[in-house]
Amino acid sequence: MSRLDPPPLNRRSFLSLASLGSFFAALGTAAAGMLRLPNPAVLPGPVRRFKLGPPEQFSAGSETPFAEQNLVLFRDDEGFYAISSTCTHLGCTVARSKDGFACPCHGSRFDSKGSVIGGPAPRPLPWLEVSRAANGELIVNADNEVPEGTRYRV
Amino acid sequence: MAETATQEFLHNLHELPHTVKDACFRLGKTPESEREESQATFHNLFLHIHSVRVHLRTLKPTLTFGLGLMATASFVITLITGVLLMVYYKPSTDLAYQSIKDIHFTVSTGRFIRNIHRWSAQLMVLTVLLHMARVFFTASYKKPREFNWLVGLGLLVITLALSFTGYLLPWDQLAYWAITIGSNIANSPRELTDAIGMTKLFDPGGLQKRLLLGANYVGQDALIRFYVLHVFILPLALVTMLGVHFWRIRKDGGLAKPEDPPGGLAEWGGEKRLVFQPLATKTYGLMALVKGKRPPVNRGPENTVMSWPHLFWAELSVFMVTVAGTLVLSFYSDAPLKELANPAIPENPAKAPWYFLGIQELVSYSAFTGGLLIPVIVVVGLALIPFLDRRPGGEGTWFGTSRERSIFWQSLFFAVAVTVGMLAFTVNHGWLRNWFPNIHQLWIIAINPGSLLVLIFAAWSLFTLKRNDSVRLAAVSLFTCFLVGFTLLTYFATVHRGPNWHFYWWPSQWPVH
Repeated sequence: MSRLDPPPLNRRSFLSLASLGSFFAALGTAAAGMLRLPNPAVLPGPVRRFKLGPPEQFSAGSETPFAEQNLVLFRDDEGFYAISSTCTHLGCTVARSKDGFACPCHGSRFDSKGSVIGGPAPRPLPWLEVSRAANGELIVNADNEVPEGTRYRV
Repeated sequence: MAETATQEFLHNLHELPHTVKDACFRLGKTPESEREESQATFHNLFLHIHSVRVHLRTLKPTLTFGLGLMATASFVITLITGVLLMVYYKPSTDLAYQSIKDIHFTVSTGRFIRNIHRWSAQLMVLTVLLHMARVFFTASYKKPREFNWLVGLGLLVITLALSFTGYLLPWDQLAYWAITIGSNIANSPRELTDAIGMTKLFDPGGLQKRLLLGANYVGQDALIRFYVLHVFILPLALVTMLGVHFWRIRKDGGLAKPEDPPGGLAEWGGEKRLVFQPLATKTYGLMALVKGKRPPVNRGPENTVMSWPHLFWAELSVFMVTVAGTLVLSFYSDAPLKELANPAIPENPAKAPWYFLGIQELVSYSAFTGGLLIPVIVVVGLALIPFLDRRPGGEGTWFGTSRERSIFWQSLFFAVAVTVGMLAFTVNHGWLRNWFPNIHQLWIIAINPGSLLVLIFAAWSLFTLKRNDSVRLAAVSLFTCFLVGFTLLTYFATVHRGPNWHFYWWPSQWPVH
């Protein structure tokens, strides 16, 4: 053994290192366990399936904003469709503008079919699933996106 | 001394005020000699964080303008008024707004206390930013003060977080939409993961949003989380780091200042003074017993004065000025309270408080780049300054090394021109999405006015580095660009952005609706 070799680890320092290691392992595990708590296991939230009324209420070519539900219901010759009015940028509510929809918070602009025509929004406004309840009323499920152009025929 | 126990008792009773006073105050009288003045400083828990003597340079008002102390003073004011507001505030979505109205209209002095809380919070943000600029331009981050620069940066981040969580609590329109926007900025890594199609596998954005909101909508769970952050976690973190910050000032040798030449004549205050030279063998107190580096010890006692009373008068007056300024502002100007939170419609325009408007402008180019990437780049860049610029020189003097002042002015004009040009171009011509509606989102994340500004500033700093062959000057140019960018974006978003985030010359031109 040359003078330059590090001294071999003796029993005492090995045990000190091992106990120190177990201390930090325990601390880390405890911290990780505690950090799990703020991550919610259940996401509470209101049901986002909205009954909007009987289909006859909406004439062909009409467009009806539902402010509380954050969506706009359209009816054209091919059927019903609903577009979410929650901006895909940072979640503000878009308002109707001349060329479609405009967001008050950061200036995203969408055409009347929800496609992005300006501003920072990364995605078009989602089209939402339209269906009917047993009593014949229209239902929009705001948690279910459908491809753009999907119509619901009555 | 043949007194009875009764006499002794009566005597002690008579002496009670004196003995209690002596027990509380270790010195027990106003110090009269320098020896007693030093005892007054280091025998007191609250004062002993100061050194006993302080260099005259440190006391010169134009070195620091008292900015760090002002930030501390405003923090103390927010702490006290914040505890008072907690007496009436109720962190519930149903009651929060009404409790703020109660504080404003019904609670005795409630309105004034809330105004003070709000104004001192604003003052704190402002002074923390200015304090950072002071430390940078006096090169006070250099060895051995690198760590304290990092602690200060942490304090800046916590200060901003405290302000943000603070204005969420009233649950008015500002609060509701700020939480919505803030949590969606936390969610914005999804913009990137969506664009490359891996959100299902790896979704840091969703996790961050879930941790902030505790639900998938903005409601009671979110409010209580921000409340806990605002009144407990963040203040505790701030107080802890503030302790470290102060302690390191002392351990790093007080405020940064140029070294006095050892054992010679030094010019100070227009006259030459003899500088004390310590003996090479001199050791200092505890330092004689323990291994390791000695803290820097003042080498020019002739240029120092006793901390008691000189430094303490200065500190007290900064505290007084801060309190007075806050009180005057609070007397004349009420803290705003918007309408009750309405999840259906945001205000138009929905503007954040002034210190976040620069970020709001950046976010209006790209949520991920402007809301997360650029702020992170800025904080990391600021953190790296003392580790990349390591050549000593200029400490404790404004623009201390040669050419610093001219580089500062050059960078100022350069950054103003570039920022104004970029804003004017964006306002007049729009950006990629307006020209190519179907362009892939990755292009907009990568190339937008914000990221271009960062790149141009970095290039300008590299150019300064090459041309002047000095890391410090490169740092000066980059920091100046950062300050100009922050100020101009903040100004632009405050004054020139109106409904739908459109450009207007003045708010008076906003359309009526």
